[in-house]
Amino acid sequence: MTADYIAQQIVNGLILGSMYALVAIGFSMIYGIVRLINFAHGDIVMIGAFVTLGLLQSLGAPLPVVAVGVLLSGAGMGIAVERAAFRPMRGAPQVTGFIASLAVSIMLQNLGILTLTAQPRNFAFPDYLQALIHVGAVGFRVIDVVIMLSAVLLMGLLLLLVHRTRLGMAMRATAENLDVARLMGIPINRTIRAAFAVGSGLAAIAGLMWGGKFGQIDPLLGYVPGLKSFVAAVIGGGGSIPGAILGGYVLGLAEVLFVGLLPPIYSAFRDAFVFAALILILLALPNGILGKAAEDRA
Amino acid sequence: MNLRRPRWIWLALALGGVAAVGLAQAAWDDYLLSIVNFVGIYAILAVSLNLTNGFAGLFSLGHPGFMAIGGYVTAILTLPASRKAMFLALPGWLAGIELPFLPALLAGGAAATLTAFLLGLSVLRLSGHYLAVATMGFLIIVQVLIENWESVTRGPLGLNGLAALTDLWWVYGGLLAAVYVSWKVKFSSFGRSMLAMREDSLAAQCLGVNLFRTRVAALAIGAFFAGVAGGLWAHLVTAITPGTFSLIMAFNIVVMVVVGGTGSITGAVVAAVVFSAATEIFRPLEESFEAYGIAEILMALVLLVILIYRPSGLFGSREPAFLTAGPTHEPGNHPATAKGGQR
Repeated sequence: MTADYIAQQIVNGLILGSMYALVAIGFSMIYGIVRLINFAHGDIVMIGAFVTLGLLQSLGAPLPVVAVGVLLSGAGMGIAVERAAFRPMRGAPQVTGFIASLAVSIMLQNLGILTLTAQPRNFAFPDYLQALIHVGAVGFRVIDVVIMLSAVLLMGLLLLLVHRTRLGMAMRATAENLDVARLMGIPINRTIRAAFAVGSGLAAIAGLMWGGKFGQIDPLLGYVPGLKSFVAAVIGGGGSIPGAILGGYVLGLAEVLFVGLLPPIYSAFRDAFVFAALILILLALPNGILGKAAEDRA
Repeated sequence: MNLRRPRWIWLALALGGVAAVGLAQAAWDDYLLSIVNFVGIYAILAVSLNLTNGFAGLFSLGHPGFMAIGGYVTAILTLPASRKAMFLALPGWLAGIELPFLPALLAGGAAATLTAFLLGLSVLRLSGHYLAVATMGFLIIVQVLIENWESVTRGPLGLNGLAALTDLWWVYGGLLAAVYVSWKVKFSSFGRSMLAMREDSLAAQCLGVNLFRTRVAALAIGAFFAGVAGGLWAHLVTAITPGTFSLIMAFNIVVMVVVGGTGSITGAVVAAVVFSAATEIFRPLEESFEAYGIAEILMALVLLVILIYRPSGLFGSREPAFLTAGPTHEPGNHPATAKGGQR
């Protein structure tokens, strides 16, 4: 186990963590504002991946254009899901929303199977993105750099949006207290819609990255990143955006190091490890690493 | 406790069931019988989850996990010792054991109960959707462990070639037991403490309900029947694989409980029968039209519509009047799902 090997694992962890973080942000934004664990969020990742595939292969559009298209389609999907499924049951207990989101998730997955078939599809980015770079003994592809840098860029833009604009202020106020925010004249519906749009847009971008990183996509692809990013959001502290980012990187690194540093027989247990960590965190650190205000969990 | 329940109705229903099972066993072919068996097992699952989720308000997604534990324990115990030696590397004391179906089923249920007890000690400090998430984690952990514990479970391949021990009599017996226990619990002071806890845990605590003990008991009783249902399932399909006990299955059982009305035993049975019969009927249709996924989409749609327009489910927390005799003394007209909630 050399230093190079560990450095390589850390880079891999950061790449995985970038994707988890982008998805986890959406979980946290939506949870923060409407106290909804949106299980369908992972399936937006799948939709993002398929939109990427469609735009890239049928239109042959250049990557930045594709990225914008994916962002918009994810945002549109988020708005549609919020309007159709979640708005009608706002005010119901939290568990109701959670079951509803499971239903939406199963619907999206099966609509995917119905229209696109369950067959995995190959996903190939243009060659210049696949080129290998070496820094010392650590090797990665151009796409990995693009993933890490664009994730950081998007997170920066998001933090600007949340902390420097009127919409962001409205979001923070709504997250603080929905009813009081409404009394202060904040358009609640528009704010919630914006949170779904932004969160889902980021998740769709993560779908683009996921496809580019792993090279194969299918309609059930959203399940794993959805679950893991949710865990990341809880680890970071439900409702906190910096927490979600931190949680994403922590989980990505922890998972890769778990597989990379322990003997190979343990690597099959990585999901058990992730969820055991989730349960422990829920019990020991109920507000996550960066979460504030105590919630009624017990 | 409501002492005015007309016991003869129950006797009549149970005997009617026996007659129906006898007739079905004699008249129906194997295909039809297997569908009825699946429907019955789903009814057991829904009734038992209803005890955990409906009465006590513990939102558990771990039910298939308990089912898997019960199923594997039962399957390993009934497997002839010679076959065990062929593909499993069991510890000596286990390798020689070969039990008849009933004790094996009970052992499966007991294993699930024990697991639920241990899980409950830690996880039941959480509530609401945090509990849902933690139990979902438990389900995934169980799946991963089964997939990787090859010496005992044969990993993703699962155990196959199990004896086809489950028939309609067993399923009927299991369902009868699950309904009987649920009914007894619901109309006892113990069940009332569960319902009180579900409605308002602080108020229940003030009345002297031991919240933690009640929660653990609700989870453990539900898990027992889930374990038995797992054993029945394994010996109906004559095989058991970890993939069966997925989050989708958890979701399906939850749908049945929510649609039937959280807390209503009758509702759970009716919803389980309707949904599982519908899926079994849809499956051949799906295959002939090659429209895979339609059944799941419809099920999810029905759930969404019910959650939006009738959040307390078809029956609410009630049982039909003819089973409870006259004006009901049930507290169940304000199920948790209809409450204004935190937001």
